[in-house]
Amino acid sequence: MVKAVLTVVGKDRVGIIAAVSSYLAGVNVNILDISQTIMSEIFSMVMLVDVSESYEPFVDISDGIKKLGSDMGLRMQLQHVDIFNSMHKI
Amino acid sequence: MFIPADEIEQTVRMISEEHLDIRTVTMGINLLDCASDDISVKCRRIYDKITSKAGSLVSTVCDIEKEYGIPIVNKRISVTPLGMIANTDTEGCVRLARTLEKAACETGVNFIGGFSALVHKGYTESERALTESIPYALNATSRVCASVNAATTKAGINMDAVRDLGLLIKRSAELSKETGGSDCARLVVFANAPEDNPFMAGAFHGPGEPECVINVGVSGPGVVKRAIEKVRGEDFTTLAETIKKTAFKITRMGQLVAKEASDRLGVPFGIVDLSLAPTPAVGDSVARILEEMGLEHCGGPGTTAALALLNDAVKKGGIMASSHVGGLSGAFIPVSEDEGMIAAVRNGALCIEKLEAMTCVCSVGLDMIVVPGSTDAASISAVIADEMAIGTVNNKTTAVRIIPAPGKEPGDTVEFGGLLGSGPVMPVRSYDCSAFIDRGGRIPAPVHSLRN
Repeated sequence: MVKAVLTVVGKDRVGIIAAVSSYLAGVNVNILDISQTIMSEIFSMVMLVDVSESYEPFVDISDGIKKLGSDMGLRMQLQHVDIFNSMHKI
Repeated sequence: MFIPADEIEQTVRMISEEHLDIRTVTMGINLLDCASDDISVKCRRIYDKITSKAGSLVSTVCDIEKEYGIPIVNKRISVTPLGMIANTDTEGCVRLARTLEKAACETGVNFIGGFSALVHKGYTESERALTESIPYALNATSRVCASVNAATTKAGINMDAVRDLGLLIKRSAELSKETGGSDCARLVVFANAPEDNPFMAGAFHGPGEPECVINVGVSGPGVVKRAIEKVRGEDFTTLAETIKKTAFKITRMGQLVAKEASDRLGVPFGIVDLSLAPTPAVGDSVARILEEMGLEHCGGPGTTAALALLNDAVKKGGIMASSHVGGLSGAFIPVSEDEGMIAAVRNGALCIEKLEAMTCVCSVGLDMIVVPGSTDAASISAVIADEMAIGTVNNKTTAVRIIPAPGKEPGDTVEFGGLLGSGPVMPVRSYDCSAFIDRGGRIPAPVHSLRN
């Protein structure tokens, strides 16, 4: 299993989760966990996904997510889980 | 979710708002096997070796950058000090520099270091020719970086080389006078140069290094500044602990990237250089960290103590985060590349003499200092000699990267662009030191070199 963290931050609007999850489904990326909050109209979501069965290489999905974010006026980023593990765990 | 949300948020914020990045992934390549009596053969071998070893360096590092979502600002190459294999005249040395430039363009790296000579005890014929060719080599290229190791704690200071370098730096500035003497930004004079430094302009692949190696330099002054804002007014123990914890996190990024790059390229991992490397961007300054500790301006009384604390805490925090630490490792204080340093010079708080004191406790030395073009070669040599003395006596690396900008006077500014930033011209005390520099010979090694 190759895990990655998808972060989404920006102004709340209709269809953010729908857009993200349909994009992920399209490239066969499985969603493992979601944590989402809205504070004073700022939408913040962290998703844990498994990219091991995806149809496309990691870097292409990462580019795709970034583009989806800029199309929707949100900051979206997909990062390999190791960056968080290595920074915060010994 | 098995990773706490606040940890994810902290990492994302460090990268997106606090300029956390990996400053450089540098591939070191041994060129000793490229030696030949025929300069054309030598150039071809060097080009072929660099392009075959580093052919996929840039694309591999770009993939890592995308997958981990961490910017990796520079991809670079360091090679065996060419003084060891040049064995040719000035013209031949310039040809070697052009070969490095061509290989750098082909592989897509922004700098290639190793047009270097290790002459702390004296020149070989090859190293003399290479050193004398440096101004012409730099002028004929844009990505080649040169360095000369003119002193070590064990050997003392080669004052002949120091004298020559004053003249060569002046020549280099003259040759690039249209751009304010910018060629000098690619020339470093070292004492105790590390063999595994990934940072430019002083990177070279030392003779004790393996065939090929990956070294990584981290950065992150903005992250440290933001972290210590939260402990404003608290005591020095708390301050040092906060910097250590932050340095640990920054270095872990470097370790991760270094391991990935090493695995994917099939090249051994060398070291992580735990440095705080500033950029001219606002929020990415080492000077502003010192000011955040409680100083009105970087350069005022207390600056050396503040820098000593910072430098030490960065090392302590970083050491446990990486399996192998090396290079320069500490806080860099390049003037033109640091927004806060530039401001401190402009408002008169920071002078060369204070910077010299700061170099006793920071990781490198007088870095990216712009001085008036009228400064004579002997004074530049003497500034270098002072810095070499600090390095040899204190058993540390020191360096000088000085730009005597032609036609510029104190109060002027020279724009270098990009990461090199813009340098305010700093006055040098104009007392004659030519009789000192003209003595030549070597300053003997300090007594504490006799440890065996």
